[in-house]
Amino acid sequence: MENNNWQPSASLEIIKQKARMLKDIRAFFDDRDVLEVDTPLLASAGNTDLHIESLKTIFRNQDYYLNTSPEFAMKRLLAAHGESIYQICKAFRDEELGPMHNPEFTMLEWYRPGFDMHQLMDEVEALVLSVDDHTGAHLGSFERLSYGLAFERYADLDPYQATAEDCRECALQHDIEQPVGLDDKKDEWLDWLLTQLVLPSLPSDKFTFIYEYPASQCALARLRKNDDGVVVASRFELFYGETELANGFHELAVAGEQRQRFENENETRISENKPTVKIDENLLAALEHGLPDCSGVALGLDRLLMILINSSLIAEVLTFPWERA
Amino acid sequence: MATYSTNQFKNGLKFIWDGDPCSITENVLVKPGKGQAFNRVKMKNLKTGRTLERTFKSTETVEAADVEELNVDYSYADGENWYFMEPETFEQYAADSIAMGDAVKWLKGQEPCVMTLWNESPISIIVPNFVELAVAQTDPGLKGDTAQGGTKPATLETGAEVKVPLFIEEGNILKIDTRTGEYVSRA
Repeated sequence: MENNNWQPSASLEIIKQKARMLKDIRAFFDDRDVLEVDTPLLASAGNTDLHIESLKTIFRNQDYYLNTSPEFAMKRLLAAHGESIYQICKAFRDEELGPMHNPEFTMLEWYRPGFDMHQLMDEVEALVLSVDDHTGAHLGSFERLSYGLAFERYADLDPYQATAEDCRECALQHDIEQPVGLDDKKDEWLDWLLTQLVLPSLPSDKFTFIYEYPASQCALARLRKNDDGVVVASRFELFYGETELANGFHELAVAGEQRQRFENENETRISENKPTVKIDENLLAALEHGLPDCSGVALGLDRLLMILINSSLIAEVLTFPWERA
Repeated sequence: MATYSTNQFKNGLKFIWDGDPCSITENVLVKPGKGQAFNRVKMKNLKTGRTLERTFKSTETVEAADVEELNVDYSYADGENWYFMEPETFEQYAADSIAMGDAVKWLKGQEPCVMTLWNESPISIIVPNFVELAVAQTDPGLKGDTAQGGTKPATLETGAEVKVPLFIEEGNILKIDTRTGEYVSRA
């Protein structure tokens, strides 16, 4: 049988469009005096996040992690110099393969000292529009919706106060399947309801920021009280229709709290039979030294290109997707 | 007991679901960037042929099903079971009426079939797409009705009932599409 796997899966037109997009992004940050940086993809410590699995390799008998995002190294640069910085690099995630996922993908990540979450959302919006304008795609407008309001509007559920049982009840009422193995973990239920109920209800031709995630899903974001006095995470995500594009934080800068979160995640990993991950002591030392008050965001560039060309298969925007890599 | 984890899921993987062996026909990852992953799976029940959809929380495990497919030739039936022979080893397999399903309607002898075995017992039979069978009984044809539409029932030598054109007579050999159960032509 003829082997066609040597050929790229993206067309030449899309390869050119990706090059234009990268050029636009660099021009955007150049105009705003944000410095392009370059950090290692392979590091001696990894990401403890419960739902992100690192790919590992070995150098001179020691484990190394391929970065799941350049976040930790970029925060070390922020602690050292306090500059606004951005990076375009590859990120790697084990187990993530599907129509919308490739285990290796291109990420744009940037940090803005002095910005809060909403100021950074403003800038994400400006960046997407600058790329959009150049391609002539003229995508729809942007909306902002708190996680609480999104669930109230599309799931009739208060996600901050609800229990796992309330979530199960909500799934039943909305005729949403109950996945095998999903039992009493509220955050897993919220993830399921988000993907099955909330995101499909968002306007399909608009960008939506969802912000103020539950405190239990804070990742690396700082916590604050919202207007209703509920402690929430200063974390946002950007979606186009139901496609996830970006995740941002008003960054946690307290070393002790960060260490506690890493250790808690590793403990949960043990209880769920997942491998523990070596904690990044260099990041914690940098936070100890002092991270400027800043917000940061990571945006999936393959996904952005998919939206610009109206594609629903990530393979269409990759030269050589996983099956051909 | 062998098990599969969701990260081993792929098309064609066979596992036990609700007590029956199933084969995955589609497996899609559902995952928020920083959230719990799920596998949305379409699977075919290998006993009933029905397709069903289930979503699994990723990292769940399922029990592997010992399922294999064999090329066999139909030999004969004894009123209780239908017997098939594997042409290279001459090994004989007996399928009951549940495993046979609709296959009983199309077999008279020597047809090459595909047999699915679960724990070494037959659970389903796939007959050839086209078979040729004689008409055992049908009402006499109407002269002059050879070209126009219109059908009548006919009983084939295996007992199967099919709709045939009005000009078909008893003793004619017919080509039948077993997937639809429909008359194709005179053989």
